[in-house]
Amino acid sequence: MVEVKKPGRLLVDRATKPSMPRYLKLRHDPGRDRWVLLAPERILTPDAIAVTVLKLCDGERTVDDIAAKLAEEYSAPADVIAADVVELLQDLADKGYIKG
Amino acid sequence: MTDDLKIDGHVDAIAVDDEPTTGAIGDQEESNILCAVAPVGLLAELTHRCPLQCPYCSNPVELESVKNELTTEEWCSVMTQAGEMGILQVHLSGGEPTARRDLEDIVKAAADAGLYSNLITAAVNVKRERLEKLQELGLDHVQVSVQDVDAAGAERIGAFKNALQTKLQFARWVKELDMPLTINAPIHRHNIHNVPRYIDTAVELGAQRIEIAHAQYYGWALLNRAALIPTYEETVASIEYVEAARERLKGVLTIDMVVPDYYAKRPKPCMGGWGKGFMNITPAGKVLPCHAAESIPELNFDNVRDKKLLDIWMDSEAFNAFRGTDWMKEPCKSCAFKEVDFGGCRCQAMAISKDPRNTDPACSLSPYHTEMVKIAKQEAAKPAAAFVYRNTRNAAKVGKAHGEALEPAE
Repeated sequence: MVEVKKPGRLLVDRATKPSMPRYLKLRHDPGRDRWVLLAPERILTPDAIAVTVLKLCDGERTVDDIAAKLAEEYSAPADVIAADVVELLQDLADKGYIKG
Repeated sequence: MTDDLKIDGHVDAIAVDDEPTTGAIGDQEESNILCAVAPVGLLAELTHRCPLQCPYCSNPVELESVKNELTTEEWCSVMTQAGEMGILQVHLSGGEPTARRDLEDIVKAAADAGLYSNLITAAVNVKRERLEKLQELGLDHVQVSVQDVDAAGAERIGAFKNALQTKLQFARWVKELDMPLTINAPIHRHNIHNVPRYIDTAVELGAQRIEIAHAQYYGWALLNRAALIPTYEETVASIEYVEAARERLKGVLTIDMVVPDYYAKRPKPCMGGWGKGFMNITPAGKVLPCHAAESIPELNFDNVRDKKLLDIWMDSEAFNAFRGTDWMKEPCKSCAFKEVDFGGCRCQAMAISKDPRNTDPACSLSPYHTEMVKIAKQEAAKPAAAFVYRNTRNAAKVGKAHGEALEPAE
């Protein structure tokens, strides 16, 4: 067997620049009027906040950048939001849906 | 699926496996919106032709012949209709789906219909150029079956020379093309000791997922149960290993496990409920609520050659036969779990008790449970029986005449 680099677990913090692997498809499902994230043999149904976060995961923005944007949109303190975003992205990263 | 599908409070997830055990998106009971009651997953069995002869194959014992297979146009129409009615994912399976020379057309039709496509392949007869072409046409995900991580075992179980090396080479191509890869590991007494090495192999290959899929004993696998079923102790040890590995490999490898229901106390919620979230189309176009449903003789199945897929989903006799809970008998009828496991697997109830309305004998409340498990444990304790390989010759020999009903407990 050839040696393939073994990837480690991504630990998300406020400096992480999260991105979605390109094989995931975030798409509006018109019939059910909701967003779905299509993944290998899985369908995720993110709520409005999670959809906003996922759309901002472009590999350029940091978690802090994303939190700042959300803070503006939802008029909430950025620190509180950053903690929530880290939690959400860590959970998604542990299932393989977010890379750093 | 025993995988924990709970993600953060902001996201829900459901499995859309080819043998799913979670239900549909949306609240079906309260919604009149068409798409809210439409299925999310479609298993398209494009052909029953296959280069392998695995004795646990999920195809029916009576295999469909090539001359009855749907045409290219008919399969493409199925994909279009599936997209229109709200289906989100399609599994292109078989048999071996790459045995169809028009797989490219079908993949393109699926992509055009907005479906997330999954190729479920034995990966022994596919050239790299063909995989590249399929990716170009919109294929989203590839699942490769690996019969054993020991070369000799893989060769014997699938009855195919050099199967392991060929499959691993193909899996590496999938990764080189930056496509997501699932390794499917069908588990039974001949390879259950290799579960740890299966997981290591998946990590080394860079796979996203591995399915540790313990054989489910209907169809060919029921016929071969005495050749396949592992002991209770081996089974428990393998499940414990997988649960620890899941924790260790968080964020690296998703491990899904289909547990052997004979050794469970509660039945699996088969298909996430009959006619609730998934449909299956046979090579000849028959539309089934699950891939084994043809083993229930009283059911009549509609065909995509005669009717629209949506009409079949909504109105066909076979889909309505065990939808919801009205069809249930005791002990299901008054059971607190009837909306959780839907009484388990109808096909297993049929195979073991000869009445598809009975509780799945995998349930400890079934009067057939004790006897079924006792026989299985006796089989597991004896030396393995010889394989009845899955091929057309054996299919003709065995026919429908296998399996007598067990006697229920008093």
